Amino acid sequence: MSVETSIDAIFIEKGARERRPRNRLAMILVAFLAILRRDLVVTGREFIPFLIQVLLQPLFFLFIFGKVLPSIGAAQQSYASLLLPGIVGLTVVTTALQGVTLPLVLDLGFGREIDDRLLAPLPVSLVALEKILFAALRGLIAGAIIFPLAYWVLGSNYSVRTDAIGVIIGIMVLTALAGATLGLTIGTLVKPEQIGLMFALIFTPLIFTGCTYYPWSQLDGIRWFQVITLFNPLTYACEGLRYAMVPPVHGYTLPTLGIGWVLLGLGVTFVAFLGLGIYTFRRAVVS
Amino acid sequence: MQTETTEELAIEVRDLVKRYPRSKINAVDGISFSVRRGEIFGLLGPNGAGKTTTIGILTTSVLPTSGMVRIMGVDVVGDPIGVKQHISVVPQRSNLDQSLRAREILTFHAAYHGVPRAEREARAEALLKELGLEGRGHEKIRRYSGGMAQRLMLARALMHSPDVLFLDEPTNSLDPQSRLFLWDRIRAMHERGVTILLTTHDMEEAEQLCERIAIMDHGHILVLDTPDNLKKLVPGGTRLELRLRLPQKVEASRGDGAVSSDNLRALLEQLPGRPRVEELPADDGQEHHDIRSFRLYGEEAGELAVEAMRVVSASGAELRDLHVARPSLEDVFIFLTGRNLRS
Ligand SMILES: Nc1ncnc2c1ncn2[C@@H]1O[C@H](COP(=O)(O)OP(=O)(O)O)[C@@H](O)[C@H]1O
Ligand SMILES: [Mg+2]
Repeated sequence: MSVETSIDAIFIEKGARERRPRNRLAMILVAFLAILRRDLVVTGREFIPFLIQVLLQPLFFLFIFGKVLPSIGAAQQSYASLLLPGIVGLTVVTTALQGVTLPLVLDLGFGREIDDRLLAPLPVSLVALEKILFAALRGLIAGAIIFPLAYWVLGSNYSVRTDAIGVIIGIMVLTALAGATLGLTIGTLVKPEQIGLMFALIFTPLIFTGCTYYPWSQLDGIRWFQVITLFNPLTYACEGLRYAMVPPVHGYTLPTLGIGWVLLGLGVTFVAFLGLGIYTFRRAVVS
Repeated sequence: MQTETTEELAIEVRDLVKRYPRSKINAVDGISFSVRRGEIFGLLGPNGAGKTTTIGILTTSVLPTSGMVRIMGVDVVGDPIGVKQHISVVPQRSNLDQSLRAREILTFHAAYHGVPRAEREARAEALLKELGLEGRGHEKIRRYSGGMAQRLMLARALMHSPDVLFLDEPTNSLDPQSRLFLWDRIRAMHERGVTILLTTHDMEEAEQLCERIAIMDHGHILVLDTPDNLKKLVPGGTRLELRLRLPQKVEASRGDGAVSSDNLRALLEQLPGRPRVEELPADDGQEHHDIRSFRLYGEEAGELAVEAMRVVSASGAELRDLHVARPSLEDVFIFLTGRNLRS
């Protein structure tokens, strides 16, 4: 070992550093990027388990509902093309949401591993923002991988519009951000002993009232349920993706929620829960 | 003049109060103190005294209800980011990042604080070595013992060369060897000019490490002084401890009357200066039933010792041990609160 730092050198070097005070914004940015890098390193290291965890369920859904049921005549061949946007929306939302919620509940309740990052020289709200961005990124990656997966599982039943890729990406990004902010809010409000309850009371209704497995326009017959689905952000994600993904069949275009409503629904969810989540996060970490 | 003294201070706390939401009492109830740059300062008190809450406020993770705190001249409420640049915390309970390897815990911590890459690698190397963790840097910390985790947290705290180091019960629940090792490292940090505030409910630790000690109870600071001055608070000056073996029954029966521990106690109380005498409970696993221990409180230790020895040998008892002790911080705490620290 040629250069060996002694502990004394650490404290001597400090004197030199103090004479040139660093720019505060640069310092905050450096801390933020280091925290982001930590999450990238950790997730990168367990990327395969991450993929299995988020992709196994969509894989089975696509196989059973998009392939098996149509083959045995229990569903129409075209059902696969309505289902796929729903599965993409659901995967993006749940991956982004759970990417924040579960670790945060355990961390605030037991591990307090986040403390070291909260003591970094940046506002604690940026620690929350980093969690949102990173979880959204995980949601987007999971959502993107659904496409090749579906292509492989559905075979000839795979059909996606290719003329609106920009819209698809835009809706997915907004969906991921909305899911992550929702996850931040839930994660700071739920206590570790309430995790079981959280799955039953929050996740299950979220999944089944979100127009994942059925298009919104066809709920006309059950008006009250159609209204309820509008309170679920997942509805806007799935309907937006249906709008951008489902190709017209024999000149028939699937009616969906208007794109304006979709953007409004996702945008309002994102902004509202961003504000609320950062507020509850601050309250949870600075008592 | 005023500003000059303020500049020398690492920590300034004035009229600090903290009441947690939905609590009826103040966890910290109007405390004031200051710590000079380079000083080791101790907060000593039983569980629930408000030590961790105080550290929480001083390190920006708890908001004060009222009062003022400045760290290196920076207000903790007004500029928490500025404060975080100057400080490091070793918490009471491990909060090490379980997803990272030991060495990465150090390098990422330094990265959060903007230490350049080459520098943080070199520091991690040096600190792992300094804290006796050389060669253990690549392990996940799940395999670490309590003592190793504690040392790693101290290493992490030093990675960005803080001006002020906060240690919350740094050696609680460690084995004696790890404890001595940590004390040694803490003293070494002090010699390098780091200001240290530590909390403890261990008298010996406070006495061994701290230049000044504030004794806390129920959110108040009862007294604040150097360990030596604190001990002067206890009346009765010095303390004498005797351990002796009562005369054998055989001898006693044919001698001038049996000497029981009660008689002996009465004899000791008759000594010049009339010392207060306590009989101490027998140690566990004491090999002989006839071993007794007495504690005498008096003003003049030397004279008392000589007189006590004379009485003991005249009674036919055998003196096993004699110990003259200055009062400890434990005595100070008992004197101030009427309670034992560990209770
Ligand atoms: N987060 C909290 N919420 C409510 N009360 C708290 C909280 N943390 C500590 N307390 C209370 O504040 C008092 C002081 O606690 P603490 O600062 O942990 O004392 P110490 O560290 O000296 O043992 C205790 O009565 C404790 O129950
Ligand atoms: Mg404590």
